[in-house]
Amino acid sequence: MAALRGPAGRFRWRVRAVPGGARGAAAGQQCYDLLVIGGGSGGLACAKEAAQLGKKVAVVDYVEPSPRGTRWGLGGTCVNVGCIPKKLMHQAALLGGSLHDASHFGWEVAQPIRHDWRKMAEAVQNYVKSLNWGHRVQLQDRKVKYFNFKASFVNKHTVCGVSKGGKETLLSAEHIVIATGGRPRYPTHIEGALEYGITSDDIFWLKESPGRTLVVGASYVALECAGFLTGLGLDATVMMRSVPLRAFDQQMASLVTNHMASHGTRFLRGCIPLKVERLSDGQLQVTWVDLASDRKDTGTFDTVLWAVGRVPETGSLNLEKAGVRTSPDTQKILVDAQEATSVPHIYAIGDVAEGRPELTPTAIMAGRLLARRLCGQSSDLMDYDNVPTTVFTPLEYGCVGLSEEEAVARHGEDSVEVYHAYYKPLEFTVPERDASQCYIKVVCLREPPRLVLGLHFLGPNAGEVTQGFALGIKCGASYEQVMRTVGIHPTCAEEVVKLRISKRSGLDPTVTGC
Amino acid sequence: MSPGPVRGATPNRRLGSVRGVSVLSPPGRRARPSAPETSRLSSAAREELRRRLLDLIEGHRVVIFSKSYCPHSARVKELFSSLGVECNILELDQVDNGASVQEVLSEITHQNTVPNIFVNKVHVGGCDRTFQAHQSGLLQKLLQEDPAYDYDLIVIGGGSGGLACAQEAAILGRKVMVLDFVAPSPQGTSWGLGGTCVNVGCVPKKLMHQAALLGQALTDSRRFGWEFSQQVKHNWGTLTEAVQTHVGSLNWGCRLSLREKAVAYVNAHGEFVEHHKVKATNGKGQKTCYTAAKFVIATGERPRYLGIQGAKEYCITSDDLFSLPYCPGATLVVGASYVALECAGFLAGLGLEVTVMVRSVLLRGFDQEMAERLGSSLERLGVRFLRKFVPVAVLQLQKGSPGKLKVVARSTEGPETVEGVYNTVLLAIGRDSCTKGIGLEKIGVKINEKNGKIPVNDMEQTNVPYVYAVGDVLEGKPQLTPVAMQAGKLLARRLFGGCLEKCDYVNVPTVVFTPLEYGCCGLSEERAAQEYQRENLEERVVGFHILGPNAGEITQGFAAAMKCGLTKRLLDDTVGIHPTCAEVFTTLEITKSSGLDIMQKGC
Repeated sequence: MAALRGPAGRFRWRVRAVPGGARGAAAGQQCYDLLVIGGGSGGLACAKEAAQLGKKVAVVDYVEPSPRGTRWGLGGTCVNVGCIPKKLMHQAALLGGSLHDASHFGWEVAQPIRHDWRKMAEAVQNYVKSLNWGHRVQLQDRKVKYFNFKASFVNKHTVCGVSKGGKETLLSAEHIVIATGGRPRYPTHIEGALEYGITSDDIFWLKESPGRTLVVGASYVALECAGFLTGLGLDATVMMRSVPLRAFDQQMASLVTNHMASHGTRFLRGCIPLKVERLSDGQLQVTWVDLASDRKDTGTFDTVLWAVGRVPETGSLNLEKAGVRTSPDTQKILVDAQEATSVPHIYAIGDVAEGRPELTPTAIMAGRLLARRLCGQSSDLMDYDNVPTTVFTPLEYGCVGLSEEEAVARHGEDSVEVYHAYYKPLEFTVPERDASQCYIKVVCLREPPRLVLGLHFLGPNAGEVTQGFALGIKCGASYEQVMRTVGIHPTCAEEVVKLRISKRSGLDPTVTGC
Repeated sequence: MSPGPVRGATPNRRLGSVRGVSVLSPPGRRARPSAPETSRLSSAAREELRRRLLDLIEGHRVVIFSKSYCPHSARVKELFSSLGVECNILELDQVDNGASVQEVLSEITHQNTVPNIFVNKVHVGGCDRTFQAHQSGLLQKLLQEDPAYDYDLIVIGGGSGGLACAQEAAILGRKVMVLDFVAPSPQGTSWGLGGTCVNVGCVPKKLMHQAALLGQALTDSRRFGWEFSQQVKHNWGTLTEAVQTHVGSLNWGCRLSLREKAVAYVNAHGEFVEHHKVKATNGKGQKTCYTAAKFVIATGERPRYLGIQGAKEYCITSDDLFSLPYCPGATLVVGASYVALECAGFLAGLGLEVTVMVRSVLLRGFDQEMAERLGSSLERLGVRFLRKFVPVAVLQLQKGSPGKLKVVARSTEGPETVEGVYNTVLLAIGRDSCTKGIGLEKIGVKINEKNGKIPVNDMEQTNVPYVYAVGDVLEGKPQLTPVAMQAGKLLARRLFGGCLEKCDYVNVPTVVFTPLEYGCCGLSEERAAQEYQRENLEERVVGFHILGPNAGEITQGFAAAMKCGLTKRLLDDTVGIHPTCAEVFTTLEITKSSGLDIMQKGC
C-alpha cells in the first residue's frame, strides 16, 4: 500500500490531478476527499469518522427493492432487515415465554393470550424508521453529503450516481470506500422460488402474519427467523440440506436446534426443495426431496422464506471500470489488511469484502479505523481475530474464538482441553423450564496456563454474557485466570468461572446444587 | 517415594539433622547467619521443598524452625525442654538451603521470622504466641499425647462458605462435621440447611426480582403485539410457595451433597466449651460434645434490628420476607443497603406501594453516582424515598395479615418528625455477625468488639492457630456467596490438600439486583480518584460499573477481563456483539472530564 507509506511513513492527502481528469474535471461534477458507496453500518461509520476528522465526505446509498417490492431507508442491513428488527422480534418471542413463566411467579393473566403480528410489526417498523431518520440527522450534523443514488464506477476516481428519477450525477473522490454489503440469495433452479418466496429482506416488513412458514436454510438467519416465528405461536418448519450453523461449533449448533425442536420448530433435515407452487386457495405447496431416501414429499405453507445465504452487492457497481478485483467464487471484493482493494485508493469494508465476518460491529470498527488511517490519525489495522458473535435463537448462543473442531484442527487433539458444564438458570426452576440445552464450554490449550482459545455459551442472554469474556480473551485470558475470577451469584454467567470438568475426564458435567 | 528428611540416622545436610534435641546449638554461640541465598528456586524445586516441609510438620509432634543464634528460638526450646517434650528442631542457619526453607515456610504460615513452631500439625506461631498458648493452656492441649479428635475438621455454620469448605475437606479424605442451626427470627421464621444465600438471600431474592421483571415483561409484551385481558393481578401466595418449594429443594440438595461426601451433618448449635471441643445443642435441647483438630467458623450474619419501640414486635426483616404468609401490602423499607433497595425494587415491581426511609446515602461503599442513578430508577418505578429520616417508634394500629402500623420518624437534620401508616415495615439497616454465643471467648478467639467480626490473616486463620473463619463473619472482606465459597474451598485445600493458593479478595464483582440491575467490579470512582491521580485514570481499567438490564450477566465477563489486565485500549479493540447492552463498553469514547453529551445515538 504505497499510498500509506509516504516518505514520512504517513499518508498525506494528495492534491495532484487524477489521471482521467475525474477530479474537478467535468462540469457539474462534485469532488470529495472521500466517497462512501453504501450507507450501512460500515459505510456510515467510516464516513462519519472521516468527516469528524475534517474531510469532505459523501455517502451514496440506494436500496434496490426486494423481488417482493420491500424497500427501506438509510442504515443498511443491520438497521432495516437485520440485527435490529430481528432482535426486536426475538424479544417479542421471548416475551411470549415470559407470559407463560409469569403465571408460575404469581401473575394471574387470564387466557386467552394471543399475538397480533400487525401490532408488533408496526412497532418494529416505526422504530426502524426512527433509526433511518437518526442516521440522516447524524450525517447532516457531521456535514456528510448524502445522496440517495444508485452508484456505479465510471473510472478509478469517478462514480456515476443515478437517482430514483433517473437523473445522473458524477461524483469523484480521492478515496472511495465500497460498503455495499449483501442481499439474500434466491435459489436459481427452483421453480416458483422467486415468484412466491420471500427472504429476510421482507419478513420484518410484512404487514400481516406470515402464518405457517417454511424456512429454507441452515444459516443463523434461518434459525433465528424460525425461532422467533415459533415463539410468536406460528407453525414454523426449517428445511436444511446438511448441518445447521456451518462454521460454528457443531456440538453447540446441534444443541441450538435440539432446543428449537423441543419448543415446537419442525426440522426437515437432509432435504432440498424442488419447487414451489401456488394453490387455488393462495397457499404455497412445496415439493422437496429427502436426500437419504430419495423420497419426494410435499407440504403446504402460507409463507416460504429463503435463508440460503447472501450475495455481495457488487454486480451493478461496474467494478471492472475501476479495476477492482473480486473473488470469482464469492463475487466479494478482494482486500488486504488495510482494507484496500486491488486499486490502492479504493477500499472495501463490511459484508462486501472477501473473508470478513459479516457482522455489524466489525464493519463499524473497520470503517472507523480505515477513516482514521486515511486521515493520518493512526496506523491501527482492524483485528479480525476473536470477534465475538451471538445467534439470537430462542436459547441464545454466544461465542468467541475457536470452535472445538477448529481448535483441534489447529493444535491437535492432545493439545486441546475442553471444560464444559450443563447448568440450570435459576429463573428456569420456578416455571420448570427444560434446561437440557443450557450448556457452556471453554476450549483451551492443555498446557498450563491453558490459554483460552474459544468460549461457547448457550443460554439466556448469551449476547450479554459473551461480551465481557470476549474482552478477556482479547486480554489473553488463561483458564486459570478465568477460574480465579469470583462468580456473581446467582447468574448464568457465573457458571463460566466455575467450569471444572474437562471433557477428557469423561465426568458428568451437570452442575448440581450447593 | 523419596525418603523423609527426618527419619533415619544419616544426617541430611540439605534439610539438616533434626532428630531430637541433639542439634541444639551450644548456648552463647552466635553462628554467622547463612549467606543470603538468592531465592531463585525453580517452581518444581519449590514444590518439592514445600512437600518435604509439610511431611516434616505432619510427621512430628513438635517441629521448631529455628536459628541457632536466635535468643527467641532459644527461649522456645527451653520452654519445651522444661515441659519435657522432645522437639524436632531445624536450624535454618545450619542447613544449606535455609533461606529457601524460610521462604517456603513463610508461604505456608504467613510468618517469615523464626522461631516458627508447629505442634501436632497446628501452626502455633512464633515465640510470643507459643508462650501465650502455654499460658492459656492451648499448648498443653495441643501436646496431649494422643489427641484422638473425633474429627479432622468441624465447620460451624452450614452456609455457602462452610459447606464449600466442609465438602472440599471431605473430598480430600478428611473426617468432617458440619454444625448448623438456624435460630428463628423474632417473627418466628426459620429454615433449612444452606445458609443465608439459599434461604433468605441471593436465591429467593433473585426469584422475586425475576417475578418483578416478569411484571414489567407483561407490560412490555403488549407493545410487542401480545394481547390479553387488562386485568392482571399478582398473587403473593403463589410466588412465595414457588420460591419456598425451590428453596426446599436446595436445602435437600445440600443435605444430599453432604451425605454423598460423607460429611457428618448435625442440626445443632455449636459452641466452644474448651480448646478443640464444641458442645452441640439441638432443637430439643439435647447436648453432645465433639472434638476436632481444626475448626472453621462460618456462622455468617443475621439482620440487625433497631432498638426502638415496636421493632422486634412488629417489624420484619429479609429473614421473614421471602416466606411471608401474606402479601406485605404497603411497605416501608428502612435502610439503604443493597438488601433494602433490592426488596423495595421487587415489591414495587409486584405492584405494591413502597417507601424507603434512608438515614444518609444510598448503597454506602458503592460508587455514589451509580447509587444515585439507581435511586432515580427506583423512583421512576414508583418507589418513594424519605431521605434523612430515621424511625423512632413503630406502633400497631390494627392487627391482621398484614395489619396496620404507624411509623414515627425523626429528621436527622432537625426536630422535624413525620408519621406514616404502612402494612409492613421491613428493616434492612445492616447485618450483625453471629459470633456471640458460640464460645469464642472460651478459647480466646479474638473478635472486633465494635462489629463482632473476626479478624483473620490472609490464610483465613484467626489468632487461635487451629481456628479459621470464612464468609460474612470475616472482618473487612466482601460479604458474597461466591467469595465465601472460594475462600472455604481454598482453605480446605491449604489445610488438607497441600495447596498454597489463597483467596483473592481483589476485584470481586458484584451486582445489585434492583429492577434496573447494577453490576460493578473494582473501584468506585471516588476510591479510584483517591488511590490514583485523576489524569492516570484513563488507561488501566480499575473499576467497572453498569446500570441496566442483565447487569449481572454482563458484569461477569468484564470481571474476568479485569483479572486478565484489562485496559481501555483493549476495550476499544474488542468488537462488540450487536445488538446488546454490553457492547456499549467497546465504544466508550467520551470522557467524563470532557463534559460532552453521553446520550447514545443511533448505530
